[in-house]
Amino acid sequence: MKSLRNILWLGLKELRSLFSDIVLILFVIYAFTWTVYSQATGTSNEVNNASIAFADEDGSTLSKDLASSFYPPRFQHPLPIQPDQVEDAMDRGKFMFVVTIPPNFEHDLRAGRRPDIQLSIDATAMQQAGIGAGYIKNILNQRISTFLLRMDPESAQPADLVVRKMFNPNGVSAWFSSVVAIINQLTLLTIVLTGAAVIREREHGTLEHLLVMPLTAFEIAIAKVWANGLVILVATGVSLFLVVKAVLEVPFAGSHALWFGGVVLYLFFATALGMFLGTISRSMAQFALLIVLVVVVLQLLSGGSTPVESQPTWLQRLTYILPTRHFVSFSQVIIYRGGGLRAVWPQFLMVAAVGLAFFIYSVSLFRRSIAVTK
Amino acid sequence: MAAPQQVSTGDDEGPVVSVEDVTHHYGKVVALDHLSLQVPRGLMVGIIGPDGVGKSTLLALIAGSKKMQGGRVHVLDGDMASVKHRRAVCPRIAYMPQGLGKNLYLELSVHDNVDFMAQLFGLSKSERQTRIKELLDATGLGPFHARPAGKLSGGMKQKVGLCGALVHEPDLLILDEPTTGVDPLSRRQFWTLIDDIRKDRPGMSVIISTAYMDEAQQWDWIVAMDAGKVLSTGTPAELMERTGTKDLEKCFIALLPEEKRLGHKGLVIPPRNTENTSIAIDAKGLTRRFGTFTAVDHVTLSIERGEIFGFLGSNGCGKSTTMKMLTGLLPPTEGSATLFGNSVEAGSIEVRNNLGYMTQAFSLYEELTVRQNLVLDARLYHIPADKAKERIEALVDRFGLRPHLDVLAGDLPMGQRQRLSLAVAVLHEPKLLILDEPTSGVDPVARDSFWELLVDLSRNEGVTIFVTTHFMNEGMRCDRISLMHAGRVLACDAPQKLIDDRGAESLEEAFIGYMEDAIEENAAPPAPASKAAAEHVATEEKAAQPSKRDRAPVIPLPLKRMFAYCRNEAIQIRRDPVRLAFAFVGSAVLMLVFGFGITTDVEDIRFAVSDRDQSPESRAYIDQFKGAGQYFKTEPAVYSDEEGLERLQSDDVSVLLEIPPRFGRDMRKGSEPEIFAQVDGAMPYRAETMAQYTRGVHNNLLNDPGLGITEVPPKQASVQERYMYNPTFESIYSIVPSVPALLLILIPAILMTVSIVREKELGSIINFYVTPTGRFEYLIGKQLPYVIIGMINFFILAGLAILVFGVSVKGSFLVLTLCTLLYVIVTTGVGMMTSTFTKTQVAAVFITAILTIQPSVQFAGLLQPVSTLEGSARAIGTVWPTTYYMHASLGTYTKGLSAPLMMKDLLVLGVMIPILLGISAIGLKKQDR
Repeated sequence: MKSLRNILWLGLKELRSLFSDIVLILFVIYAFTWTVYSQATGTSNEVNNASIAFADEDGSTLSKDLASSFYPPRFQHPLPIQPDQVEDAMDRGKFMFVVTIPPNFEHDLRAGRRPDIQLSIDATAMQQAGIGAGYIKNILNQRISTFLLRMDPESAQPADLVVRKMFNPNGVSAWFSSVVAIINQLTLLTIVLTGAAVIREREHGTLEHLLVMPLTAFEIAIAKVWANGLVILVATGVSLFLVVKAVLEVPFAGSHALWFGGVVLYLFFATALGMFLGTISRSMAQFALLIVLVVVVLQLLSGGSTPVESQPTWLQRLTYILPTRHFVSFSQVIIYRGGGLRAVWPQFLMVAAVGLAFFIYSVSLFRRSIAVTK
Repeated sequence: MAAPQQVSTGDDEGPVVSVEDVTHHYGKVVALDHLSLQVPRGLMVGIIGPDGVGKSTLLALIAGSKKMQGGRVHVLDGDMASVKHRRAVCPRIAYMPQGLGKNLYLELSVHDNVDFMAQLFGLSKSERQTRIKELLDATGLGPFHARPAGKLSGGMKQKVGLCGALVHEPDLLILDEPTTGVDPLSRRQFWTLIDDIRKDRPGMSVIISTAYMDEAQQWDWIVAMDAGKVLSTGTPAELMERTGTKDLEKCFIALLPEEKRLGHKGLVIPPRNTENTSIAIDAKGLTRRFGTFTAVDHVTLSIERGEIFGFLGSNGCGKSTTMKMLTGLLPPTEGSATLFGNSVEAGSIEVRNNLGYMTQAFSLYEELTVRQNLVLDARLYHIPADKAKERIEALVDRFGLRPHLDVLAGDLPMGQRQRLSLAVAVLHEPKLLILDEPTSGVDPVARDSFWELLVDLSRNEGVTIFVTTHFMNEGMRCDRISLMHAGRVLACDAPQKLIDDRGAESLEEAFIGYMEDAIEENAAPPAPASKAAAEHVATEEKAAQPSKRDRAPVIPLPLKRMFAYCRNEAIQIRRDPVRLAFAFVGSAVLMLVFGFGITTDVEDIRFAVSDRDQSPESRAYIDQFKGAGQYFKTEPAVYSDEEGLERLQSDDVSVLLEIPPRFGRDMRKGSEPEIFAQVDGAMPYRAETMAQYTRGVHNNLLNDPGLGITEVPPKQASVQERYMYNPTFESIYSIVPSVPALLLILIPAILMTVSIVREKELGSIINFYVTPTGRFEYLIGKQLPYVIIGMINFFILAGLAILVFGVSVKGSFLVLTLCTLLYVIVTTGVGMMTSTFTKTQVAAVFITAILTIQPSVQFAGLLQPVSTLEGSARAIGTVWPTTYYMHASLGTYTKGLSAPLMMKDLLVLGVMIPILLGISAIGLKKQDR
């Protein structure tokens, strides 16, 4: 009972300290609103507004028809280009794609000679290059098929493939990127807030003051967890309902309660990690570098930027212990696929376990860290 | 102590400092209230007054370190509000701010700290060498010249600060409480040093604020201040005559207005009742070692209940460490300690409930108000609410904290903070008080009221008090004191007994006697060393002679100062190997993680089939997917729609193929059966790629008659893809060259911003305020080392890219190196810019991280070309330096672009440098607020 009261008062103190730093609060708000919004609307993993050029050596009706089948928003209007300028234009980064149509293309096609269309791709733009090339091939093939069908009704395909994208039928990037943006901001802010709170307490000697009081290291630590966690939880809620659902109109298929339950578990991990980093680093400068190292790894290997399945097997085994990976994964299950607890409990368990490990370790380090600093 | 100078010398050239009608506010608090003051030239002037009456503010204004708000301050015949005069006059002023070693660089050695100040004032190398040697020898710091300032005791830090202030031979020396928290021996050495310097430079004026009245009594001229106003000025003798008192301490109290005296009267200590007492603190052979250094060496103490036990000793002798062991904060290496018979190590809650501890440095929440701090502690000690209220009210009155109740603790002046700390320490009525220098920086009235309380607690409530102090008159008030030096207890007895034992006149003399004996004992060996040092000086002086002729500096002064800052920063970084290791090893690790981890190649797609046909055609169709190499990975088949959905939901499979019944028969009949593919669309990019792969396999099947689905291939054109620059289309060739662009902004920006904000937070930025250093000298000087770190990082990353990832450089590495140089200057510039509007290191790290991570990762073309971004993302991406560097890096490694194609990147980065530097320079304040 006494212990609970201690945790309550210590946590309230933590909130007071936090709210006395106006700049910090403003940045929490900035991070959870504007940053999320701009990342969701500005970036897309889709091909969007891609630059394309046509080197048309045929000049037939069909080749002109092909060029006119590319239009915004996915593609910019194709620009005509001379065949010998293709390399130079691509070197300058003017176009991502150049389609070269050979002489006598239409004629050869009708004769069934399977003429080659050349598609040059700037392969350094990884995400767009692959998908974009696929789109272009599809569009070209379809146009050609339609053209041939008009000429010769017998040339129909023997079977058809209907691809249906589940959970996000139109493949809207913002659905995914907005949630990933929340996860990323949440990770960064929680770790920085908690870690900085620990360092500030140590640098200002207040941790020493607390440790001679009738308080346990556990009480001090758990108070930090709940206070910092609560602030971020509220910010996450605001961000989800206001930015993601209201402004960006992203549907939420599963249970809100379940997702927030997962967020709470994840916040436990993130606050514990922040405390751990704050305890092991001796100065703010060291902490800053650790943050960069840890947060960027947590964010980029989580599966939010590139699919986890694409990582080499040895790396996938390592990233299995990253709670961010499980967070991204269960968020996908709950928010898009509408899965229930049965589908996500292993991820929940893993996040909680890693969080607990960090928590226990930092509590045990608390007292020792005093001896180290002086 | 200072010999009083001839007062007449002062009146020759008019006042050295003339303050007219100066007012200064901090928010609503008035620090100086229409204050006017004329300080005569060439004197030793003392400013005395209670805590928080504006002494420090006045000194900072005179030194030109604080921005003026109202009134006029003339120093050395010029207006301090004028930038021109400040610049011209600052080499003639030396200012040492309040706080032990506040303007020192803790990582720098004693010598380097002083040398740095000398460089800022443009002394030549030979001048510096002789001058520093003189000063260090005079202060007795010679043997410690290589020790980092952070490892010095408080008294030694003050001496280093003084050396730094004196190194350029100023005409006006301003010292803000220079001896607060300094032990008597060091204090005596300090004043002897000042006297010696004044003998050499009789024209020098010295202005000092102090809490030690016995020191001030020796000076030429005294300014007594209260509540932002001057109470009285004159020689100590005049002041004492005016008030009819015998010493300055009493005189000062008499000068105060009635309500400030808090009913002050002489402190009387009733004798202690020594009948049937028990032992409160029992320490046996307490020892603490830090590495090879023994901080506390077999200390044995036994303190009775209700006793006031004084702990006196030189700075850094292990007093605080002993206290920490007694409170259980620090486990002893050897020996044991018990409080009221309970072991401290067990750290039981019971023991801590009975303990009040006050640390040497202020250790309360600066961001909470005085009241909030008190209430928080009352709650944590579980004092019932009504009782807590009563207790807080009583303490607030007792310590005179009422006017400050709702002020943030961080905004309190030093003396008020100490009062608050003590109030907090006694709040829960502990049976034992451990107080580490509770009265440092507290004025005499407050100090006496402190002691009244302590005496009351000890005599009437039986509280045991264990207290350290540097004030000898406080030592005299203790029942017993122990003298400590270098980790050992030299003597322990009643104060009068100690004086008698040594046959000394006062406790101070007895103390210094004990200490000098102890130092002599230890100091036998270093004699030859100092001889060698002396010879060294002699030869250096000889060497210095000829060079004095060509005094015309070869390097212009601003450049010299810039290099001084640069060198300073470089030494600090070198002394912090952890930071360096992070910068290099960290970025290498990140490079490996990213290179292997960020890949847009979609592989191993888990797919399952629901085959409702089970014909040879359907099996042939499925086999084609199974045979698609690394792209598809077969999972067990699905038998119902519900099962299929569930497995998609739980991410068990990503692609679900549904082959309709009668698929084979319809194919043969030519009635175009439809196959369904359900693709997990949660991650749109991956979904699209998977959909395309599926279509690809499907098209292959239909177009290749050998696969058993079709007999004649349909008419069609074939699209030949040519993946330029990266023929195998592997992520590695685009990611690996992009990663350095990320790392070379994150790490340099954060390091840079922390390095500047750290100075603001710890106080060493004052050196920038009060020296002639210009904004650009300061900024560029601090930037250079980080640019070098960035460049080394670049070469490490390039090595990794080539050797580990096998990504070859197709373009001109030289152009890329040039581009990197510009880029690193820009990225450190970003850090510089964020440092101008952040005050704490926390905020600086936080803001720099948020500001740099997102645009660099999302908007600079790492995963998505900037040309395809939209809205604000596009705008940010267009002005963000990473965009251009990423283009150049990718261009050099993968595309093999020629130099002219990279001119735009070079140009844009080049233009950003002066912009960022300009903004930073405008944002950087040359004075404190």
